[in-house]
Amino acid sequence: MTREIERVAGIPVVQIATIVPIMLTVGTNRIVPGVAIPHPTGNPALGPEGDKAVRRELLLRSFKALTTPVTEQTIFEK
Amino acid sequence: MTYRIVHYINQFYAGIGGEEMADHKPELREGYVGPGMQIEKLFNGEGKVVGTVICGDGYYGEHTDQARIECLELIKGLQPDILFAGPAFNAGRYGFACGDIAATVGEELNIPTVSAMYPENPGVELYSKKTYIAITTDSARGMAKAIPSMVSIGEKLLKREKMGPARLEGYIHRGIRKSFFHEKSGAERAVEMLLAKLKGEGFRTEYEMPVFNKIPPAAPVSDLSKATIALVSSGGIVPKGNPDHIRVSSAESFGAYDISELKNMTPENYESIHGGYDREWANVDPDVVLPLDVMRELEAEGVIGKIHPIFYTTTGTGTAVANAERFGKEIGEELKKAGVDAAILTST
Repeated sequence: MTREIERVAGIPVVQIATIVPIMLTVGTNRIVPGVAIPHPTGNPALGPEGDKAVRRELLLRSFKALTTPVTEQTIFEK
Repeated sequence: MTYRIVHYINQFYAGIGGEEMADHKPELREGYVGPGMQIEKLFNGEGKVVGTVICGDGYYGEHTDQARIECLELIKGLQPDILFAGPAFNAGRYGFACGDIAATVGEELNIPTVSAMYPENPGVELYSKKTYIAITTDSARGMAKAIPSMVSIGEKLLKREKMGPARLEGYIHRGIRKSFFHEKSGAERAVEMLLAKLKGEGFRTEYEMPVFNKIPPAAPVSDLSKATIALVSSGGIVPKGNPDHIRVSSAESFGAYDISELKNMTPENYESIHGGYDREWANVDPDVVLPLDVMRELEAEGVIGKIHPIFYTTTGTGTAVANAERFGKEIGEELKKAGVDAAILTST
């Protein structure tokens, strides 16, 4: 789905998810590893402020991915 | 009774000419022409090529609707029991024409049809499910094997004998699976396969893995502070009550919801219906799957231009690749029309 959106719309798409090998297999070009399968964009164990801080960091990293030119599938780990 | 065989070939195999005669209009000749002789021979008296329909590859490709009707009429008039088309090997226009006429005749006249092509021939992708396509090499050097292969498949179809799996019968698989009971259990077969794999011995998968295409990455966003970013998820995050009944697994559809007034995903307005992960956290705070709350903060801070008012969502687990691709295409088209600059897609 990620790849098709990118292909058809011609826009960068960053995918946040936990299982990186799957994203690589299905052709996602900009990958941000998520926190965990049931909560990729948060960490409730850290309490409400910790959770939000994690979310913010992931989104800022996603923005970095969206504004970085890449020539092949790239994992943005930080 | 002798089977009435009709053979479809192009201008080249009919000896009319090469590329310069590719616009040859549909023509009927009595009996066999060119490779059709071998077809009749292999039927050993049980079948006769009553007529050969010849059409230029260029004519069929450029005037397909007309060529199809004209060829169908000629073929129909011969009252065939079976149609053979080709072999086309790797010739693209010829393969397209063979596949098209075979599919058409099969549907309109309800008779078996057999063609023969190299697996990469574009006619394969378009028509492999609508006819039987025998596997050939990529050039006419494979003619000696191609004709017998076509004929053996054709004979089975005529005699209504049980057709075996594609790899044994020599045709390109049509995506049809027949279930049967195996003497060994799945567990035994899986372990045997694993052992063969570990030993570096050959093994054959029982189910073909899909091949995923890769695409060159899209250009980055040039000015994030002015960019419109769309949010998409395969984590099954839907408005409370799942108004469009998106499936909990093997999704057949995706939803598009207006989030322009929403600052935050809460259990009052949204929930997760995804059948493939523990929804405990998502249903306490759906932002951990669809990060709307912090996106709104970043939007207010001017880090991004704005969040696209429509949010797209579906369930990823068990969803067929073909469906996921279709969702991606449709969503991509909507985002393109709306002038969206980028997207964030979350998955569980």
